[in-house]
Amino acid sequence: MDITSIFFYTFSAVMLFAAFKVITSRNPVHSALYLVLCFFQASAIWMLLQAEFLSITLILVYVGAVMVLFLFVVMMLDINIEAMREGFWSHFPLAASIGAVLALELASVVLAGFRLTQAPAIAVMPEGQQYSNTKELGVVLYTEYLYPLEIAAVILLVAIVAAIALTLRERKDSKAQNPADQVRVKAADRMQLVKMAPVRQPLSTEPEEGKAP
Amino acid sequence: MNVTLGHYLTLGAILFSLSVIGIFLNRKNLIVLLMAIELMLLAVNINFVAFSHYLGDIHGQIFVFFILTVAAAESAIGLAILVLLFRNRASVQADELNALKG
Repeated sequence: MDITSIFFYTFSAVMLFAAFKVITSRNPVHSALYLVLCFFQASAIWMLLQAEFLSITLILVYVGAVMVLFLFVVMMLDINIEAMREGFWSHFPLAASIGAVLALELASVVLAGFRLTQAPAIAVMPEGQQYSNTKELGVVLYTEYLYPLEIAAVILLVAIVAAIALTLRERKDSKAQNPADQVRVKAADRMQLVKMAPVRQPLSTEPEEGKAP
Repeated sequence: MNVTLGHYLTLGAILFSLSVIGIFLNRKNLIVLLMAIELMLLAVNINFVAFSHYLGDIHGQIFVFFILTVAAAESAIGLAILVLLFRNRASVQADELNALKG
């Protein structure tokens, strides 16, 4: 057993344990933290598969952004754990049998088909030239997959707009200026000129004493 | 014994089955349901990366890249919906969401 196999089995064992704890933990915060562990192990396994860029991306994007978002939400919401756990183990026989059937089917197919597939020999690079997974990925991504990349960017933009629009809550008592209204205002809105007939007090020709004007 | 493609695919299959079991077990807990979906996507990504390595084809990794993008968008919107739900109903239990009587 070479060193790669030892690493593979170690990472796999920790990863499956973490995945098991994700789905059975009592506390959703623990689930989220075990999911972080699971992502770290997956990243290590991808490193074994020489997908360096994706393994770093998995840590940066998932552990750094998505799981932090999960933790924020889990900690922000006041969750009634007891009500959530009600009937948790009553579904277990069905779930375990379906999971076992699924795992056996998948494993029989993939083991029969790909048991003996060995990794291709790594192409010998010319002297002084190093293989870069990131460079390779970037070249393909920005030439062949340029259009899907743009679509992915649009999807991310839509996700941002949707997430903000869903959770935005305007306060009713906030006092804010509306610049559009301010620009659109006309002089007529500010001051109203009222036309009225001229009224003139008749000049009193003989002022009487003791009377105020 | 060297690690072959079958090993990685089996790992992905076990992880996928575990997350299916998780969906069955946590039918009431929307947050853990979202986490189980993330686990499923991770299992699929492991398969993609393993095939990409063993077949010497970089396109599998490109697919993983796009799956990561879509999964990030999905979880962001899912969590936003969750927050909105909690604000309106004061609970995130999946079996209480029967307003549509579906």
